[in-house]
Parts: sequence; C-alpha cells; structure tokens
Amino acid sequence: MPYIPHTQTDTADMLKTIGVNAIEDLFSAVPDSIFLKNDFKLPPGLSEQDVKRVVTTMANKNKTYQASFLGGGMYHHHIPAQVHHLAMRSEFYTAYTPYQPEISQGILQSIFEYQTMMTRLTALDATNASMYDGATATAEAAFMLADITQKNIILVASNVNPQYRAVLQTYCIAKGLTLQTVPFDQASGRVDINQLEVLLTDAVAGLFIQSPNFFGVVEDVKYLSGKLHAKNKLIGQIITEALSLGILTPPGDNGVDLAVGEGQSFGLPVSAGGPGFGFLATTQKYLRKLPGRIVGQTEDNQGRRAYVLTLQAREQHIRREKASSNICSNQALCALHSVIYLASLGKKLRELALLNHQHSLYFQKALIAKKWPRTFSAPFFNEFVVKTSNNAAVIQKLAEHNIAAGIDLGRLYPELKDHLLICVTELISQDDMENYENNI
Amino acid sequence: MIWKTMKTIFEKTVPGRSAVQLPSLIANDIEIENSQQRGELNLPEVSELDIVRHYTALSKRAFGVDDGFYPLGSCTMKYNPKINEDMSGLSGFSNAHPWDQTKNIQGVLEVIYRTQEYLKEVTGFTGVTLQPTAGAHGELTAVMMMQAYYRSHGDAKRNVILIPDSAHGTNPATANMCGFKTVTVPSDKDGYVDLAKLDEALNDSVVGLMLTIPNTVGLFDKNILDIAKKLHDNGSLLYMDGANLNAILGLVKPADMGVDLMHINLHKTFSTPHGGGGPGGGFVGCVSALTPYLPADQVMKNGADYQLTADTANSIGRVRSFYSNFGVIVRALTYMLRLGKTGTERVGRYAVLNANYVKARLHEHFDVPFQAHCMHEVVFNDTKQQAYHVTTMDIAKRLLDFGYHPPTIYFPLIVPGALMIEPTETESKETLDEFCDVMINIAKEAQENPSLLQSAPQLTPVGRVDSVKAARQPIIKYGA
Amino acid sequence: MSEHKIQNDLYYNKDHEWVKIVGNEATVGISDYAQQLLTDVVFVELPDIGKIVKQFERACVVESVKSVSDVYAPVGGIVAAVNKALETTPEAVNTDPYGAGWIYKLSGVNAAETSNLMDAPAYKTFLDQDKAK
Repeated sequence: MPYIPHTQTDTADMLKTIGVNAIEDLFSAVPDSIFLKNDFKLPPGLSEQDVKRVVTTMANKNKTYQASFLGGGMYHHHIPAQVHHLAMRSEFYTAYTPYQPEISQGILQSIFEYQTMMTRLTALDATNASMYDGATATAEAAFMLADITQKNIILVASNVNPQYRAVLQTYCIAKGLTLQTVPFDQASGRVDINQLEVLLTDAVAGLFIQSPNFFGVVEDVKYLSGKLHAKNKLIGQIITEALSLGILTPPGDNGVDLAVGEGQSFGLPVSAGGPGFGFLATTQKYLRKLPGRIVGQTEDNQGRRAYVLTLQAREQHIRREKASSNICSNQALCALHSVIYLASLGKKLRELALLNHQHSLYFQKALIAKKWPRTFSAPFFNEFVVKTSNNAAVIQKLAEHNIAAGIDLGRLYPELKDHLLICVTELISQDDMENYENNI
Repeated sequence: MIWKTMKTIFEKTVPGRSAVQLPSLIANDIEIENSQQRGELNLPEVSELDIVRHYTALSKRAFGVDDGFYPLGSCTMKYNPKINEDMSGLSGFSNAHPWDQTKNIQGVLEVIYRTQEYLKEVTGFTGVTLQPTAGAHGELTAVMMMQAYYRSHGDAKRNVILIPDSAHGTNPATANMCGFKTVTVPSDKDGYVDLAKLDEALNDSVVGLMLTIPNTVGLFDKNILDIAKKLHDNGSLLYMDGANLNAILGLVKPADMGVDLMHINLHKTFSTPHGGGGPGGGFVGCVSALTPYLPADQVMKNGADYQLTADTANSIGRVRSFYSNFGVIVRALTYMLRLGKTGTERVGRYAVLNANYVKARLHEHFDVPFQAHCMHEVVFNDTKQQAYHVTTMDIAKRLLDFGYHPPTIYFPLIVPGALMIEPTETESKETLDEFCDVMINIAKEAQENPSLLQSAPQLTPVGRVDSVKAARQPIIKYGA
Repeated sequence: MSEHKIQNDLYYNKDHEWVKIVGNEATVGISDYAQQLLTDVVFVELPDIGKIVKQFERACVVESVKSVSDVYAPVGGIVAAVNKALETTPEAVNTDPYGAGWIYKLSGVNAAETSNLMDAPAYKTFLDQDKAK
C-alpha cells in the first residue's frame, strides 16, 4: 500500500501491545450509526506511472504558448535555475513552521533575510514573514487600517486589480466595514482626484491605491499620500507587479503607510494564480499591529546570533478572541524562492525592471502603427492598455499562432470593451513582438 | 559536527559581483520620470556559487520530515511523496495563466474539479470550495458563510460563536474577524465537551459551535450526535474544524455526524508539504443548505467542459485571488489518485493504530491525562517528571539531541505541560519503537541526571534561544 | 508559583492591579503575583494621556512572551502620566512591580471607589483562595 509501511506482522504485534484485537476496536468512541456507514465510492488506487500519465494528460489540456502577453497580477518572468533547486531542498519544503528554533535556524534566517529585502525594497521599517497572497494581504491591511484609525469606511480605487477588490469586499462585509470605490480618470488612467475629494469624509479610515495600477499606469503616489495625510487618513499602496519595486520610487519614500502586494514575480511561476505570496510592510509605528509571523534576531544561551519567531503576543494562539487576525502560517517556501531570486538578481533588479519598461514601451509604440491607440496617457511600467478593432477576434487569431494576446478588459470593465491589457516582460523577444504585430 | 555561526547573505556581498546576466536591450526609451524612480537598490551582490553554498548551508540548519521522525501533534507531518512535486511542476500547470480563458485552462479546472469530487465523497458534503489557502483561511471562509446564511435568513441578531476550551486559537480569532462574540464551552474531566455547559450556553444568539473533531486532546467526542442535535434544535450550525481529519479519513464521513460545514487542510491530511510554514491548501465542504454561500467562483462540469459558475447571488464572494494555491491542489490530487479507495480507507486506521501504539509503549513513563483510546495523536504531560524539576520544554529540547523533531508542547491549553504526539500512518513500527526507546531513556535521564535535559540541546546549530530578548528589543531585519 | 510580595499601603482588585491613592491622584501597576503569572514582560502598551477610564474598565495591555493581559483601572479617572521608561525596559514590571514597574497615573480620582477594592490582607486571603482552587 503506498505510503503505509505496516506488514501484517507489524499490525498484529502492535495490536497485541495495545491490547485490542482489531484496529476498528480503537474507534469505540465513534457511534455505530456513523462508523463505516457509507461506502466510499472511490476509484482504485493507481501505480506511480499510471498517476503520472493521468496527471500529465490533465496538464497537457492547458494551452501552451510561444509567447504570453498576459499579466494583470500574475507575471511570466525568467526564474534563475538555482532558485528552484535550492528552495526545493527537502529540508526546507518538508519542514513545519519553525517553532523549534534550535533546528529551524535555516528557515528562520531565510525569513529574516526576506524581511530585510522587503523592507529595503519598500523603504518601510517593518514587514511580516509573508502572507497567503496579495489580495488577502490587502484585506488584512484594511483591517489594520480600520483598527488603527477606529473608523469604518475603506476607500479603494477602481483601477485596483478586480480580484483584490473582490476579496476586500468579502472581508469588509464580514467585519462590518464599508468599502467605497473611487473611480479612475478616463484620460490618464490614474485615480480621479476630484472624485476622491468628494469621498474623503470623516468616517473614512484610509485609501488603497495600486501602483502600477491594474492598467499598468504609475500613480502619483506622493501626491495621494499628501492628500490623505492632510486629512489624517492613512494610505495603502498595492503592488501586484513586485518587479516594479526595482525601478519606481518605493512606497516608504512616497509617504505610504502600508505597502501590500503579491511577490510571485520574484522567482515563482504563475501556476494558475498560486502559490505566490503576499507581502505587507509598514512603518515602525504600526509594527505591533502587523498580522502574521515575524522573525526576530536574538542570541542563544552561548551568546551566538540566532533567530526566533517573535512578537507572538499579537497572534491568535496567545490573543485568541482578541486577535485581529487568525493567520498562523505564511508562504515560507515562496518567500524563500523570492529571497534566492532577489539574491541572484541583486542590484541588477533595477536593470531588469527598466528593461521590462523599455521593452513594453517599445511594443506599445509599435502597436500605434497597427492602429491600436494607447488608452491612458500617464506613464506605465510593463503593462499598457490599447484599443483594438475587436478583442474576441484578435485573441482568437493570436491564440491560433500560440500567442496569448493580453487580458480582455471588457470582461472586467464594461466601459473598456475592446480594450486589451498587454504585458511585456523580459521573456518576450523581438521575434515574439513581430509575430504579434504580423498577426493582427 | 561543529556548527559555525552563519553570516547573512548581506554580509557576503562583494560590490560588483553578480549571479545573473540579462537579455540585451532592444529599445532605450524611458517614460518614467526621474522623480518617479528610486534611489540606490540595496540588495546583495553575490555569485551564483555563493548563493548555492549559502542556501545549502541554511537547508542543513532546517529539519523536515525527510530528515527524521516529526511527531508534531495537530500538524500531521506525514511523508510528502516525491511524485506530488513532479506533477505540480509540470509546465502545463506552472505556466497556466489565471487570466487565460477557461477553454484554454481546462486541465487546471479538471484538477480542481476532480479534487473537489474526491473530497465530497470522503466528507459526505454536497458543496465544496478549494479557494481557501490554509486551514485558518478555511475557517474564516466557513464562518463568513455562517454569517451570510443567517443574514439571508433574516436572523442577523445571532452574534455568538461557541468554542470549546480545548480549541486552537484560530477559532476564536476567526470569530472575531467576522465581528462575532465568542463564548467558551468547558471540557469535562474526560476531555469531552461538557454537555450541561453546552446547554447553558445555547440560546437564540448562537450562530454555531466550532468543534475540532477529533478534538485537540486526541479524542473522538463520543457525544457528537447529541452535540449536533443540540445545536440544530437551537437553530444553530455545527462547524467542524477538520485539522484532525486524518484520524477518521476512510472511516467516518463528517456529514454523517451532523456537521453542517467544515474545513480541511490539504497540507495535513492530503500529504502536501508544509514548506516551513506554507504554502498550504484549504478546503471547505458544506451541506446543501449552505452551498449558495460558498465563495465565488465555483468550478463545475458541464458535459465534457469545465466551467466557472455564473450564479453567485448569495455567495460570500472571493476569499483570495484566482484559483487558490493551485500548485498545492495538484499535489493533493496526485496523492488522492495514488491512494484510491483502498488506500484512503487505511489512512485513518493506521494513523490511529500508530498513536495508540506510542501511547501503550509510553504510558508507564509519562502521565496520560485522558484514558480513552486516542485517535491520531496522544497527549501526555510532565506530571511524572516535575518531581525532578524537569519540564515538557526540557523533554522536547532533549529530543533534539537524539535527532527527533519534538512533539507539540504546551497545547492544548487545558492540559498543563502538554506533550502531544502525532506519529501519522506513514511511520513504520521500527521508527516508533526507536522513538519510544528514546523517550523511555529520556524519562530515565530525568530521574538520574535532570541537568542533561535542562541544558539540552547540545548538538544543534544553536543552543536554547532567548525569545524574551527578541521580543523586548525587536530586530526584524539586518543592518540599518 | 514561588513566593510573592504584597505591599501594605496599596489597594488591589481581583484582576491583580494595584493602586496607590494620594489625594485625588492614583498610581497603577500590576501585582507581584500578576507579573509572576505573566512571566517575562516584553511590552507594555501604555494608555494615551487624557484617556478617561471608569473603574474596572480596560486601560491598557501588558504582553509577555507567553500571554497578553488587559490592565484594568482599579479606580476611575483621567490618565495623567504614563511610565515612558517601560518602552525600553518593560522588564521593570517583573523586577520591581510596585516601584519602577508602575504603569500609569490617574487624576480626578474618587477615593471612595476604594471601597470596591481589597486592602493588602484581603488580597492575601483572595490569593490564598485562588491558589487553593
């Protein structure tokens, strides 16, 4: 039997030691009326080679592309070979949460390095050890914001990733918070400042913007921070394309109180949306309001540098019904991928980010010749919106040439029918762009 | 082995060194103004080999199931089959983009659908979602569904969640996230829910009871059917925390117990690795009365096609982005396909056999607070060792010197000095015997040479770590 | 639990806070018994100055590595001062609970509210009963 090593002799010996006749006797507490009451209608177990065939067949049902211009919160980037090889050492991936620091220094140190890298990238003081994904990190950040300000309206810009807004909505309804949406400016693609003014009422705790936003457009974050702070409100910046941190002014330098987002771009495949990891960083002032695991540096009993899970009084296992979050895990293995990725890229992360920008700008300009005008005027990072002749036809035609054309925005924003969100990363070659252009 | 103090990757930086080469530029125009660009990027400068050596060294300072027996109670540290990893890494899965049209990611949807169908069969529920990312996330999803259920039934005044005193801390924290009050229901002397106290707590403000089955002291609550009836007679719901499902997998269907909804951890019962704290996988199953409230989107099968549901009018909405931790679901399905019917029906049996075997071998050496046959885990305490000033912490740390991961300690809270051992079904009799021999030896050491335990561990990369210092002067990043 | 001190000139409540009243001002901390229960205190979330608290209302929070405990106001009043030193040396709550480990001071206190509190002998009896349970 796969994965259960007991021989008949083992079982018999063990039952004898326990002092029962059959394994079923150990279940005497289970009422008869529910014990083995219904048959389990399951197929027979399969050998490893049969499982491999069945699962590979499923994998092959997904369309594969020569080039994919899909982004929108999950990005195709090159992953240096060492990232997967090292992160998937089984001492790491088969370990539990590092509760026993003496034999978990490897995982604890990797998280400490992660925290260091994320605070440096965001220019903020404090971060946790990572969270489920960017969307839930945003929802947890919204709870923090309401808790800090003791106010119950959360504003979110409509050009924030629709998946994130949906999750925010779910969490806010459960907690009894009100989520209000701030429209975007149709010309620039940025947050509509005039509409924001109107919505900044007394009961507002703060605002979540995304920069680069869902349309790839870089927001004027500094201006928005100033606006919110002038009214004693907080601002959270969502970042779904973590690579943008390589080139854009970091949230902390723009006065942002909370930076949240998705780290998948740092060394993880898109994998239908997960696992990636959420990050959440803030200023020193709100360190003890952070949900989730945090690793701290300390010493062992011989004065040697050591690491341990810390500030645990914030967490559910101690605070129980007073805890503001129930989260008790992180995406440690994904955070480890990101640490190895960021160590590999090092200062070249900036160059890579710039390359993404330059290549996407190049492609956007090339598409003008195809009579696909750019929709939004404000600068973008590595994604942009264009108006096509007919999205459905374009997507279909390019798919036939094994090119994923982009995200059909009409599905998500009715006012953007026949608009396409196109992402260009370093994985897109000049040939890929020419193929695209030649088939529209 | 002499363990050297590890540098951080930042201390290995040599300016100008690099581990990557970027593709060549095809264009030079830049649209982002200088004022929107960051200053210096302070990341390590190291070579590829520097990185390989550094993280390999860190891996040697970690301990996984592959390194040795990991009897961490409540965590179900079973073997993580290698084939799971291979399947999850197939490029057809890892390159599938979540914004692609559903017709282009039929394989993704099929994996989710087949996993759902398997879980429906083993739990007996009609409604399922794989969107939650972790156990606590599944709990939150379920409590949100209970809230939505009562709101849509015009019974929004219900605002109390009942929680046994043996529960994981996530239960009350989850209730709080949904704005519910919590009332604690005490356990009786045998470790079961105190039925009289449950009666006292029930009234028309009660949303439901969050019950871990088997419970955290490793017992199957023999009154489960009574408990479910009391809840239902009160118009309340019974939620099952499925963290301990492994004990009854293939033996009891939770829906048959009168459970209305539950969560499952794919990374416990269904063999996906814990990854040092994640990524995990959650699942929520429910009876038909609650299916309208499941998170959107639902994966359905229509003829030969897999689709997402359109009807989400009563849904609580999304609880995370896209298709969840999809890579984890592939691993779980791979395991399910390997087990099949016969394998599934053995999991709970052998998990329980192993735990009772450990209990039988150790009960003379360590105090057992509850006498009934245990389920998948057995709880001891340090009562017998207190005479020698040896605590549960000391026993746990001494185990490290023998190459074992310690059991869960000081949980559940209702057992002072708890030592909770969960062997799982994937461990052999020889492994359990060796472990029990070591535990018996430690019990002997506690009598004869307690300082050996009090000063343990000696052989690990670092000694006992000062967590008080860490919390008083938090240093949570390297350098300035 | 090892020996613990009860200081004579203070009043105590059942949540183990102590209060010393001089005129209409009060100084509040947690008892030696309470700090031993908490174990190593790592953080004290001090109340905001100017905060108005009623008798037995939650005033602030003390954290150890193992637990979190609310600190209640043994008497009502307005928070007039907080022990800033605890921000860097929270361990004073353990080492000197009745002295350097004080947490906050209240003004506008009504001394008559001490009738709802225990004096030192009553608190000792209360603890003896508590431990006997």
